[in-house]
Amino acid sequence: MRAQFVLSEIGVGLRRNLTMTFAVIVSVALSLALFGGSLLMSDQVNTMKGYWYDKVNVSIFLCNKSDAESDANCAKGAVTADQKKQIKSDLDKMGVVEKVTYESQDDAYKHYKEQFGDSPLASSLTPDQMQESYRIKLKDPEKYQVIATAFDGRDGVQSVQDQKGILDNLFGLLNGMNWAARAVMALMLVVALMLIVNTVRVSAFSRRRETGIMRLVGASGFYIQAPFIAEAAVAGLIGGTVACGFLVIARYFIIDHGLALSEKLNLINFIGWDAVLTKLPLILATSLLMPALAAFFALRKYLKV
Amino acid sequence: MIRFDNVSKVYPKQTRPALRDVSLEVEKGEFVFLVGSSGSGKSTFLRLVLREERTSHGQVHVLGKDLARLSNWKVPQMRRQLGTVFQDFRLLPNKTVAENVAFAQEVIGKSKGEIRKSVPQVLDLVGLGGKEDRMPGELSGGEQQRVAIARAFVNRPKLLIADEPTGNLDPQTSVGIMKLLDRINRTGTTVLMATHDQNIVDQMRKRVIELEQGRLVRDQARGVYGYQH
Repeated sequence: MRAQFVLSEIGVGLRRNLTMTFAVIVSVALSLALFGGSLLMSDQVNTMKGYWYDKVNVSIFLCNKSDAESDANCAKGAVTADQKKQIKSDLDKMGVVEKVTYESQDDAYKHYKEQFGDSPLASSLTPDQMQESYRIKLKDPEKYQVIATAFDGRDGVQSVQDQKGILDNLFGLLNGMNWAARAVMALMLVVALMLIVNTVRVSAFSRRRETGIMRLVGASGFYIQAPFIAEAAVAGLIGGTVACGFLVIARYFIIDHGLALSEKLNLINFIGWDAVLTKLPLILATSLLMPALAAFFALRKYLKV
Repeated sequence: MIRFDNVSKVYPKQTRPALRDVSLEVEKGEFVFLVGSSGSGKSTFLRLVLREERTSHGQVHVLGKDLARLSNWKVPQMRRQLGTVFQDFRLLPNKTVAENVAFAQEVIGKSKGEIRKSVPQVLDLVGLGGKEDRMPGELSGGEQQRVAIARAFVNRPKLLIADEPTGNLDPQTSVGIMKLLDRINRTGTTVLMATHDQNIVDQMRKRVIELEQGRLVRDQARGVYGYQH
């Protein structure tokens, strides 16, 4: 009975302010979709960074047996133990180098598996197709060129790669997009909150006769406020559900189908469904609690005992 | 039931107090008229009893409780023992007569069974048996005020506060309302009624409290209106 009474009050309230409710739903949906999108973009960047990204600046890839047949840099055959020893001792003597790590073929295979675990390319690989490498951390990341001139073209060296140089432009772009999304999200969030506060006040005003009587006959503060708070929470939850729908649809059409980036850029490892699905409870909880809190504070001044 | 001890009330941004040093006591079961011209402090008096306002000086006790010490969250409990009736009825226009009365019970969490039992009972008491499903707009002013009284009385309050309940009604209808309030008073409910209606006060011969510019100028058992227009 009590629940039924409260529910019917919520329904009446939401319909009374249909346009405002709609505005709340849209603004909550947009701001939370951007919020989720920004979280997913961070996930995407982390996925792409792989094992070495944050640990090293430069990688020296060494020739393996198959490179010896196909790669001009490795025309003199796969890297030998002497060559490796020479490279290592040269690196150790260089002042710009902070730390050198050797990655064997097995290590490389392991790290590759970790990053690209279930892709078709990874399953056809074997450890002896991987390259050995020296992963180098520099004291000053800008000094990449010193390593490149010293080792590029040396026997047994397939290539010297500025690890960050390759990805930094892309990450810069993604980061920029991420910050833009956050800025728009923050604005939308402010809009959503102001709309909620305003909607709740209009709602409280249009029902001041009811709430006035409730106060006089001794309804508790909670009983008086609950319908308004629930109203905001329900509108917010609808918006949150829409935001979740946005994210799922976006993942589907950008990565799997439609734009189908996973087919066009098959060297990039994309976030999986699990990354999307783990964000949804967070978004739903935010969509429920944020408007409820906003309504609570909006009412505090409005419906005093 | 009600006790005022040296109560003064000054509203913010006003220099003239709305009430000045008022002391009085209303016993359980009394019927009291509160008279005085507009601006004499009657409304402030009622608002203090309902704890819609707090005193500037002095203490107000209602139902044995010091309202100054009553914390905000306990105020609803206190108000459940009061019933309130206004000049403008304050009914919900989109609810039927029975729903209007039931509303006062629903919002304090009374059970459905309890509501189903007490609403027809109280509507019979106020003489509106058979009009449960009418809308307030279809009723006369007197009938609407009876609905408001039913709503105020349905939770069986110990104190009924009526702020000019006959202010919008013609004299004949007013007499009916007064008979009803008298009947309610006879069930043991204390009635405090603010009014301008000279005829009613003179006919009823109940205790009269008169305020003038915030001061208590008369407190007379079995009094008459006495106020000069």
